[in-house]
Amino acid sequence: MRQIETGEITRAVKEAAIAANYDLGEDLLAALQRGEQEEESPSGREIFRQLLENASIAGQERVPLCQDCGLAVVFVELGQEVHIVGGDFQEAIQEGVRQGYGEGFLRKSLCHPLTRANTGDNTPAVIHTEIVPGDRLKITVVPKGGGSENMSRVFMLKPAEGRAGIIDRVVTTVREAGPNPCPPIIVGVGIGGTFERAALLAKKALLREVGSPNPDPELAALEQELLQAVNDLGIGPQGLGGRITAMAVHVVMQPSHIASLPVAVNIQCHASRHKEAVL
Amino acid sequence: MSKTVQLTPPLTDKDVEILEIGDRVLVSGVIYTARDAAHKRLVDLLAAGQELPVDFKGQILYYVGPSPARPGRVIGAAGPTTSYRMDSYTPTMLQLGLKAMIGKGKRSPEVITALQQYKAVYLGATGGAGALISQCIKKAEVVAFPELGPEAVHRLEVENLPAIVINDCQGRDLYEVGTRMYRRSSETGVEPAACR
Repeated sequence: MRQIETGEITRAVKEAAIAANYDLGEDLLAALQRGEQEEESPSGREIFRQLLENASIAGQERVPLCQDCGLAVVFVELGQEVHIVGGDFQEAIQEGVRQGYGEGFLRKSLCHPLTRANTGDNTPAVIHTEIVPGDRLKITVVPKGGGSENMSRVFMLKPAEGRAGIIDRVVTTVREAGPNPCPPIIVGVGIGGTFERAALLAKKALLREVGSPNPDPELAALEQELLQAVNDLGIGPQGLGGRITAMAVHVVMQPSHIASLPVAVNIQCHASRHKEAVL
Repeated sequence: MSKTVQLTPPLTDKDVEILEIGDRVLVSGVIYTARDAAHKRLVDLLAAGQELPVDFKGQILYYVGPSPARPGRVIGAAGPTTSYRMDSYTPTMLQLGLKAMIGKGKRSPEVITALQQYKAVYLGATGGAGALISQCIKKAEVVAFPELGPEAVHRLEVENLPAIVINDCQGRDLYEVGTRMYRRSSETGVEPAACR
């Protein structure tokens, strides 16, 4: 059994939370640069230019990319050969979020749902843990903004609605969201599983490298069709009108019940932030 | 043809009447911040017949909850939040004499009507450009509800904060006009449908 100290986990989560909020991934920077060149609308091009400048200021002057530093969603892949020592595993992650948001000058954006009283330290994070083969521990911190999360939807379709029904719901979700989720967006689509699993698949879909093709040809074709359909809406960067409403659509699929066709659409703003650490 | 206009509050009817959708504005001077929780507090104070901590007559309200300032800095990231969550409070704020709001995203038909009624405008700043916009903020202080943390009402001194007129006082909507200009009928044959 390989041993991993909870202190190492806390440190990794803290560093990932800070890095995600200040430094945009290379894949996303490349997508924004492509957008600046390819967008036909002049005000859309200006938005891409501003977003690139914003990323550069955030990185150099250590100002977060966005004031909404997100609810920290933490994906954990825990190798079954790993033995966690030195304390409570979940609490080690929460402590990492607490320290990262405190020391990183990140906004604390969590509150009691009814009284709306701020929890003060951006905890509790939402943690998804999977046990996998091996002796590694992979942690991905995803600061998820509220504006785009609010525009996300889950649909329980009739199987008869099929592929066309899926396309309809994705397009409808993006159309109704309009300028609200800070386009140019990334659209995560989860198909299959159950009600809750579809939503989780949609969120996981956001983590794939922007611009990378889906390894499954059937899903790659669906993603292309969805991307074309949402960009035909004309919403454009910030909703001012333009060709690029979404920079990418990513689909993850798994089998569903014979009675069901769950479809979840998780909308991600252009600041698609996530950082990974492997222990 | 869109124009670029300098806006410095307090604003009069005349200042906002010349603004049209698509116009670029550069805001300078003192503006105030409020988002969800602060709006609720303000409207609750009014309902209780109490005085507000800020006189909003002629003022500009920025929908923002900034991230904390590093030592020696004025403010952290400070981009706009989504405005529709403030829609239910907005006619009341406009009645108080508020002349402009800065945010991002669509407003309700009630807000668009109230903008015409009270002669006011809704301005869009670039959502997710919090680091860039923070550079226009020269001074920041909390003037009400400090217990709300990032949701407290701040008084900001800004220089050339860039925004674009989304809804003018003639009832027009840049989001609709802009989207219509670039919309294509989809090859997938998808018909518009309401979310169900």
